[in-house]
Amino acid sequence: MKSSATDCLLELYDEQHELEDYQSGVPRWCTGCGDNAILTAVQRLCRDEGLRPEKTVFVSGIGCSSRFPHYMKTYGFHGIHGRALPVAEGVKMARPDLTVFVNTGDGDCCSIGAAHWIHAIRYNMNLTVFLHDNQIYGLTKKQASPTSPIGTKSNTTPRGSYLDALNPLAVTLGVANASFVAQAVDWIPESLYQIVRAAYHHKGLSFVRILQRCPEWLPKSLDPWMHDTNKVQLLHHETSLQLSAGLSKVYKNQLEHDPLDMNRAREIASSADVCPVGILYQNKDIPRYEETRQTGVLRTTETVRRGFEAELDKYTV
Amino acid sequence: MSIDTLEHSATKPGRSVGTVTTLKEHIVEIISDSGEGAQRCGQSLGAIAARMGNGIWTTEIIPAEIRPPARSVAGASGNRIRIGSNYITNGGDETDLVVAFNEQVLLGRVRARELKPGCIIFLESMWRKNPDLNISMAYVEAYERLVAAGYRVLETPMEAQCQLLNADPKRGKNMFALGMLCYIYSFELDMAREQIALTFGKKAQAVIAANVELLEAGYAWAAANIDFRFSIPATPATQPQIVTNGNTALALGVIASGMELCAMYPITPATSSSHYLSEVFEKVGGIVHQAEDEIAACAFAIGASYAGKCTITITSGPGYSLKQEAIGLAVMAEIPLVVVNVQRGGPSTGQPTKVEQGDLMCTIFGSHGDAPKVVMAAATIEDCFYAVITARRIAETFNMVVVILTDASLSSSQQPFNRPQFSETWLAPPVDQSPIPEGAKPYDWDATTGLARRFIPGQPGGMHTVTGLAHDRNSHVAYDPDINQESLRARSLKLAALQKTLTPPEIFGEPSGELLIIGWGSTKGAIEEAVQTLREGGCKVGAINLRFLQPMQPGIKEIMQRYTRVMTIENNWSDSPDEEIIDADNRRYSSLAILLRSRYLVDVDCWSEVRGQPVKPSTICRVVLAKLAK
Repeated sequence: MKSSATDCLLELYDEQHELEDYQSGVPRWCTGCGDNAILTAVQRLCRDEGLRPEKTVFVSGIGCSSRFPHYMKTYGFHGIHGRALPVAEGVKMARPDLTVFVNTGDGDCCSIGAAHWIHAIRYNMNLTVFLHDNQIYGLTKKQASPTSPIGTKSNTTPRGSYLDALNPLAVTLGVANASFVAQAVDWIPESLYQIVRAAYHHKGLSFVRILQRCPEWLPKSLDPWMHDTNKVQLLHHETSLQLSAGLSKVYKNQLEHDPLDMNRAREIASSADVCPVGILYQNKDIPRYEETRQTGVLRTTETVRRGFEAELDKYTV
Repeated sequence: MSIDTLEHSATKPGRSVGTVTTLKEHIVEIISDSGEGAQRCGQSLGAIAARMGNGIWTTEIIPAEIRPPARSVAGASGNRIRIGSNYITNGGDETDLVVAFNEQVLLGRVRARELKPGCIIFLESMWRKNPDLNISMAYVEAYERLVAAGYRVLETPMEAQCQLLNADPKRGKNMFALGMLCYIYSFELDMAREQIALTFGKKAQAVIAANVELLEAGYAWAAANIDFRFSIPATPATQPQIVTNGNTALALGVIASGMELCAMYPITPATSSSHYLSEVFEKVGGIVHQAEDEIAACAFAIGASYAGKCTITITSGPGYSLKQEAIGLAVMAEIPLVVVNVQRGGPSTGQPTKVEQGDLMCTIFGSHGDAPKVVMAAATIEDCFYAVITARRIAETFNMVVVILTDASLSSSQQPFNRPQFSETWLAPPVDQSPIPEGAKPYDWDATTGLARRFIPGQPGGMHTVTGLAHDRNSHVAYDPDINQESLRARSLKLAALQKTLTPPEIFGEPSGELLIIGWGSTKGAIEEAVQTLREGGCKVGAINLRFLQPMQPGIKEIMQRYTRVMTIENNWSDSPDEEIIDADNRRYSSLAILLRSRYLVDVDCWSEVRGQPVKPSTICRVVLAKLAK
């Protein structure tokens, strides 16, 4: 042993990362955009968890939310509209050693990429998925999205949108193998961080819907929830998130909810009068697809050669 | 005894054998309703012939439906085997001899003009006495029409003979037929026994014994009742041969290429490749991921490739169309990717089980904007194997998308080829895994070749975000005019860099003369056979087959200039110049002809058909003779 205890400590110190180690460029989001709050929470998470930047990948699709990877000094994959999830699945399947996050918006995930969303839940790969839900298409300049409340006036629905909004929580909770479903809001940073952190620690696909403001196109849509603290219902449980004194003081509407209770989770997801914030459902026992698919074969040149020759034997005449 | 009255003849052991006619080649078909085992009989016959050292090409006869009604004209299921003394490169022309389990499936083949005039037909005779008058009358009517049309119809009591063995004829008739055919073609019974043991290897000894018994019964019955026999002298290969279809060869290529992941979505006719891969890939640590759709399969493959493990996605036409946007992303982000398109009849759902070469243009030019990618075409079953290994190497060396085009004919046809000699170099990833120097850029395009080193997640110092947006050398989103010009240039130059490594195509036939035929993909065998026939008739004809469609191999123009005329023969659409309203201003040429005309400014003519069948050598001869006569 050449290295002394001091050397090890120095090395540990070297591996300590600061917030700046995860920051890249100046975000081009609008002032007051909820994406900024999510970025702050996630950069803090990376620092606190000491994630190695080179072993961390943020995968996104297209939309305001999907600019996210550009602002992280990690590996990033800013792909095409709606396909963030299958790209992230490929990354994780090929490289289970990487920590993979997905940033997707309400158009990206719930509209053009809806098929992938359903199946990603079912695969339950170890991915942390943030649904940046601002209830509107921002980058293409104000068109109704699947999560726009009915009556939302937009450039494609000038007389108000025609359909009831899709509820991403209820949908996710309806899919087989859902293993972590949570909701956060951009205007309560403490709880946002707490939920993001719990999502990161969950082994399986953690789906976090984050309600975020769009000051440019829907500046008032979340006001009813923001301005009346009683309309935010904080979920807590001894096995799950606990509320700090500060949060408890401001948000009096609290609900003790066991995240293993799927039926209750579905009821909470469907609440119309309050905005639930916290972990609706968590089940740590659901198998991860990338683990299920591991072959257990140590892949060496020799294994491949032997397997290949054995197959050729079958076809040799 | 007349050979036409086999129905009433009794088995007479020890009956003297009739004349053995020596043939250069013969085409045999075994057809039945779906599920009666004609496929297996045909495949076994092909394998036995290959074991004898004969050249073979087998073609599956597949109904479009999973379970077509029994005894239906469109329901023919079976196999067509071309057996020759020499190496066989294609399915050939019309069929010489057929074994049919009912007359209706036979009528389907007659209507498709697949049988040679005077073709020998062994027709299951039990239908004549069927209690259902509709059936027996249909049989008699068909029988009489076939005889009147000049076919040599031999009514054969296959069912009755199987029943003598207490076997279930529904399951065993195919092996009885195999026995008959082994006798007719003078194949050694031992070879057939071995083949049955191999085919049913996984099953119980009793199953193998029952099948061998049926085989022997068929052989003995034919020996006693058939007064003609053929012999197709074999020239055994000097090296060990393997016999597979193109889709199996593809899957073997995936294993040998060192790729570890295949992402796919079920689609005909590509899927059987993934079936086989699913069966065996895990034994070498590989994974087949069946995605929720074609787009997801492609995106998944791109994600895995991005993360450092070059991945393949296998599909057919409609699936390829769906993948186009994702393929553009891989081009833009310079992520290696191997895509296989097993072409089928199009457009839209088209003819899922039939061959066509209609996807060349969408493969080269598909995806919006300028999305340069490498396009290769497999011409033989063996090519299906090696193309995957080559494709992976190119993909990772040039950080490009490589598309391999095969087709429905290659996918299910079988042909022997030299058993590949495994090479460790096939597996080695051509990826630079050395530490990334300080300040290195993720897209540091080389000024001459456009190539740049790719940084893989996990490599310290290489952190960057790849993007489908226009980007600079740092992978930063950039809308600067110069940067956009520079990045499109770099991605385009990579094709030229690859092109510089290619060698000219080999000429088959006359090295100069009256006509050069240019083809690509699976038409190679038929074109070369036609060229051979035409040369024997005194025509100065040569042919080349293009393995690379994008970029094209060097030397093609020089080759074209050695011939008075140049034309392509393809299995896709082109307007015939003989149409009343078609002229030079509006004629639509075949895909390859368009490419050659535009690149080389040579007046390349074309002939093509979209009959859902491989182009026949005799058809090509006819087309060429007509062209030369003009």
